[in-house]
Amino acid sequence: MSASARPGWMEKPRPLTQTAKALALAAVVLLVCVPFLVIVSTSLASTREVVDNGGWVLWPTEPTLDAYRDIFDGGIVTHALGVSAGVTIAGTLLSLACTVALAYALSRPGVFGGKPVLLLVLFTFLFPPGMIPSFLLVKELGLLDSYASLVLPVLVNVFNLVVLRGFFQSVPEELYEAARLDGAGDWRVLVSVVLPLSKAALAVVGLFYAVAYWNSWFYASLYLESDHWPLQQVLRTYVVAGAGLTDATTGEATVTAPQTVQMAVLVIATVPILLVYPFLQKYFTKGVLTGAIKS
Amino acid sequence: MLPGVAYFLLFHYGALVGNVIAFKEYVPFDGLWGSPWVGPGNFQRMFEDAAFWDSVLNTLWIAVLQLVFYFPVPLGLALLLHTLTWSSVRRFVQSVAYLPHFISWVIVVALFQQVLGDTGLLNSGLSGAGLHTVDIIGDPDAFRPLVVAQVIWKDAGWGTIIFLAALAQVDEQQYEAAAIDGAGPWRRFWHVTLPAIRPVVVLLLIMRLGDILSVGFEQMLLQRDAVGPETAEVIDTFVYYQGIVGGDYGFAAAAGLFKGVVGALLVYAANKVAHRLGEQGVYK
Repeated sequence: MSASARPGWMEKPRPLTQTAKALALAAVVLLVCVPFLVIVSTSLASTREVVDNGGWVLWPTEPTLDAYRDIFDGGIVTHALGVSAGVTIAGTLLSLACTVALAYALSRPGVFGGKPVLLLVLFTFLFPPGMIPSFLLVKELGLLDSYASLVLPVLVNVFNLVVLRGFFQSVPEELYEAARLDGAGDWRVLVSVVLPLSKAALAVVGLFYAVAYWNSWFYASLYLESDHWPLQQVLRTYVVAGAGLTDATTGEATVTAPQTVQMAVLVIATVPILLVYPFLQKYFTKGVLTGAIKS
Repeated sequence: MLPGVAYFLLFHYGALVGNVIAFKEYVPFDGLWGSPWVGPGNFQRMFEDAAFWDSVLNTLWIAVLQLVFYFPVPLGLALLLHTLTWSSVRRFVQSVAYLPHFISWVIVVALFQQVLGDTGLLNSGLSGAGLHTVDIIGDPDAFRPLVVAQVIWKDAGWGTIIFLAALAQVDEQQYEAAAIDGAGPWRRFWHVTLPAIRPVVVLLLIMRLGDILSVGFEQMLLQRDAVGPETAEVIDTFVYYQGIVGGDYGFAAAAGLFKGVVGALLVYAANKVAHRLGEQGVYK
């Protein structure tokens, strides 16, 4: 904890202002944290306790992992978790590779076709193609009900591309020249000079892709049949829309899943985000993002 | 470079060309290219369709409410955070406030249901206290405030980043000089802080105006069934229900294309206005 660093010229704050500020900040923190606390607590409570409390538990008296045992029993949620993890990992690697290659090419002066390609890319920002044509394209390409339909249509994100390009451009020209004099080719320069210098930017862009793939819901609902569903679509169907949790082996719908199980699914979908969040946070503070936004 | 370019050509420009379907009647067996042309027929139908105009109106309503009630929140929060001299408190609040931005809409909607729904936290508290329960999630009249509240919860914290970046650019000495000249906190705010963030505020307003026909597609789609299309149908969900659900691809694509063209024109116009006002705008 670092102490307050109020400069000498600044007035001493009045107690009233201080209290008002503290209250406002506490409200912000509570508004964000309480919903999470409630879902975690409820997922850990026993079904009886949840019913006695009218659907809600703020702090379980006798915590149990029953709800988690239920969903990890190899049913539809376990499968969906695997799908989400697979799509997230494969998608992130593929997106990162393509974004890096394109951003690098566009960051170097005098690359053949650089300018038109940049305009081509930026124009898509202004004029997205629209839902129906994109859907028909995926359909005509025969990608319906394939995991590729979750990745290929969103392979390169323009914002991430611009962030990386800006970062590559900030690598000092002398380093490029030195590497060239040593006889390094384009790929060599990228891999051994540019990328090691851009670790922070790569981490941010990679994490952005990963979060986007993990959170992606609409494309899954649009393109995939139910036996290929990722976690977000399972969550939508069984928690948001309240359908009965189907037994993956028999395909039969049972009654609406107990509140504890619904909350456990919610927790599982949120935890990976909470896990990567500190890393994202670490790189924000390095100012990678703010620098990029400005440019 | 090639895979990236190929991606943009195929999935953006390929799909963009696919907008010709707006001038055709889609016949699944004939595919995109084989389907017969119907000229501007789809657009004529669209302009005469009351449901389409309702969706346009709903979109604008929600966008305006967001502009009035959401837009000032990140700005206010950023100004508040900026006045904190205790940096560890400030960093902690920032970390907490950014977090919801990374939570998917499915989860956000589920969280709101669990807190405000008919058996949710709020209502079990109300009935516990012997009060009437309120149905916020299923009430069409509460829908608009609800979606704005969700946007505030999810993105207000994240929205502070750009303002804080602008505020961080201000030289501390400007404040010191103003203080020595006898300017109190309010005058310093007015003459130092405000000029520093004005370009960012203008830029964000322009971007929002240019994007006024889009209001959180996933958010709307997830909650449309709870309150019905009368209040929750926006242009994007209209396109979805007409095309993907109803199979009327040509008609839906016409609505989508209409939105795309108007949206692009709005961005262009907003940018022009920004240049007039002597601001940088989104692009040159």
